[in-house]
Amino acid sequence: MATKGERILEVRDLVKHFPLTQGIMFKKQIGAIKAVDGVSFDLNRGETLGVVGESGCGKSTLAKVLMALERPTSGSVQINGRDIAKAKGAELKRMRRNIQMVMQDPYTSLNPRMTVGDIVGEPYDIHTEVAPKGDRARKVQELLEVVGLNPDHINRYPHQFSGGQRQRIGIARGLALQPEIIVCDEPVSALDVSIQAQVINLLERLQNEFNLAYIFIAHDLSVVRHISDRVAVMYLGKVVEIGKDVDIYDKPAHPYAQALLSAVPVPDPEGREQRERIILQGDPPSPANPPSGCRFRTRCWKAQEICATEEPLLQIRPGTTHESACHFAETHDVVHVN
Amino acid sequence: MRKTSLDTLPAEGGLGNEPLLAVDNLHVEFATRAGLVRAVNGVSYSLNPGETVAVLGESGSGKSVTAQAIMGILDMPPARIPQGEVRFRGTDLLKLSEEARTQVRGQRIAMIFQDALSALNPVFTVGWQISEMFRVHRGMSKRDGMKKAVELMDKVRIPAAKQRINDYPHQFSGGMRQRIMIAMSIALDPEVLIADEPTTALDVTVQAQIMELLAELQRESNMGMILITHDLGVVADVADKIAVMYGGRIVENASVHDIYKSPAHPYTKGLLESIPRVDLKGQELYAIKGLPPNLLDMPTGCAFHPRCPYRQDNCVTDVPPLHEISGTRNSACHYWREVLDGDQR
Repeated sequence: MATKGERILEVRDLVKHFPLTQGIMFKKQIGAIKAVDGVSFDLNRGETLGVVGESGCGKSTLAKVLMALERPTSGSVQINGRDIAKAKGAELKRMRRNIQMVMQDPYTSLNPRMTVGDIVGEPYDIHTEVAPKGDRARKVQELLEVVGLNPDHINRYPHQFSGGQRQRIGIARGLALQPEIIVCDEPVSALDVSIQAQVINLLERLQNEFNLAYIFIAHDLSVVRHISDRVAVMYLGKVVEIGKDVDIYDKPAHPYAQALLSAVPVPDPEGREQRERIILQGDPPSPANPPSGCRFRTRCWKAQEICATEEPLLQIRPGTTHESACHFAETHDVVHVN
Repeated sequence: MRKTSLDTLPAEGGLGNEPLLAVDNLHVEFATRAGLVRAVNGVSYSLNPGETVAVLGESGSGKSVTAQAIMGILDMPPARIPQGEVRFRGTDLLKLSEEARTQVRGQRIAMIFQDALSALNPVFTVGWQISEMFRVHRGMSKRDGMKKAVELMDKVRIPAAKQRINDYPHQFSGGMRQRIMIAMSIALDPEVLIADEPTTALDVTVQAQIMELLAELQRESNMGMILITHDLGVVADVADKIAVMYGGRIVENASVHDIYKSPAHPYTKGLLESIPRVDLKGQELYAIKGLPPNLLDMPTGCAFHPRCPYRQDNCVTDVPPLHEISGTRNSACHYWREVLDGDQR
């Protein structure tokens, strides 16, 4: 197995626009939802990149494009140096073995008419070369054991399992083809608090065991901090700040990242009166018609003229330790009470 | 003849030291085809004006059913309330006639639901739905009701309220829909507001907006608030008192500061250790082993015993009573002293 730290995924200037059309017979395009609009990042082997942002910021579309479930409008997604966004046919199929997904809702992402064995073994029906037919049941049982389920339950149906166990089934399915990258789209948000911890611990154990790289998409910033090595903050289709978890959480530089972090309730009532709270007004603007210049300027308390005219680039700003896309970036700890 | 008017309830104060709302030994059960489900087994808590009580628990712990029993919106049958009282200003609501309860519901005790999109009617405008409160309960005309609706939408800070009064729920974002729900619930100046997971479906930034709005409305009118949630972070931010529910019982109740500093029940302790925190980078999370109990087949003795690291033999056989730890604290654990001291495990 290759060593940890080697680059495995390279995303460059990724754009995904969904066309808005008008008319029935003669459809004409009248605009586009700019769901992902120029996103670049790298992911190393054995590393976890957390992606956070409000609903509608494009994080799930990003996951779909990475998985080649949606073709990007432009940009590239290089896995081990090959572009999955341009791959076709047999090559695409082969590349998909290397990147798998764990979905949010374990109640709807498992087919209720299939047994656990069929669900976890289905990847082998598609990629027949991975496991010979006679060997499949044994492989599936191994997988169930790896994710902490009873291998004897191979013939049970999803409804016979609890939410946490179903999520384990989804994870086993994701592991079946021995991928190097797993995209987790809100993997614990549908689970009860006491079950969340079990699944998070499982994901961490699997990462160490198989040297997996995770793209971990979630809206719960506490969970993301716990599991991630690096974190990207998205707003309206763009990454506004990216860096090591300690940089993002203890020294956020972009006003949006600061607002987002300050809104997370801390489970400790001590000092709750002193805690700094930045309450953003209103809702994010529509991705069909994002503001000019900096997209956050309509809700930003630091906005000046330059923000409307010039789009801030994602780069390391003076006085900060990591990349942020704000003309007036300034680190400011909002999470801790001193 | 039965008195059905609102006058049967005292308008102010109550009886001496009687709290605003008191749930006393409430039991709720559901007759289902699979058997009798005891969703709530002897729950008691109380609420004073201006106070926020958080009811914390996972799905199936009975926290929402308790709230529905207080509101009187349980479907009966299949639900049944074999025992218990819900006293509002000293009057047991469960003994009132349906007409009298209708007078209380909405006017004196109001509720906000989790999913605003399914709680609002999609085929009526929001203005119509808010003004319905005034038409039905106060006998106002359509015009006056609409005027009041605009005032309320302003109050919950919906921008351009006047222009948006004739919009339908789907035309609003999730946060704005929750504001409309809040506008409806506070329309008649209730004394008790029950918020059932009011921000669970929302983003953190919107959650912060909504919680701030609720706190402000509460300060203005001195409402008592029951906040039902599973989010330990939200609770730590706003609650005065906490009741932790597990398997249809209250396993611990205490002031917010006591419970986070030193939990006295193994379930509370496990929950607090199992959540990742935004201000700390932890080691491996402590995970409570096993699954929440199946209500059709509750464990004997203490419902938490199959998952509990403090378990002894008597936990399997004896249901622990709610031990009094101090004047304001209780724990339903035989070994609360050990839990409090942090021994074992």
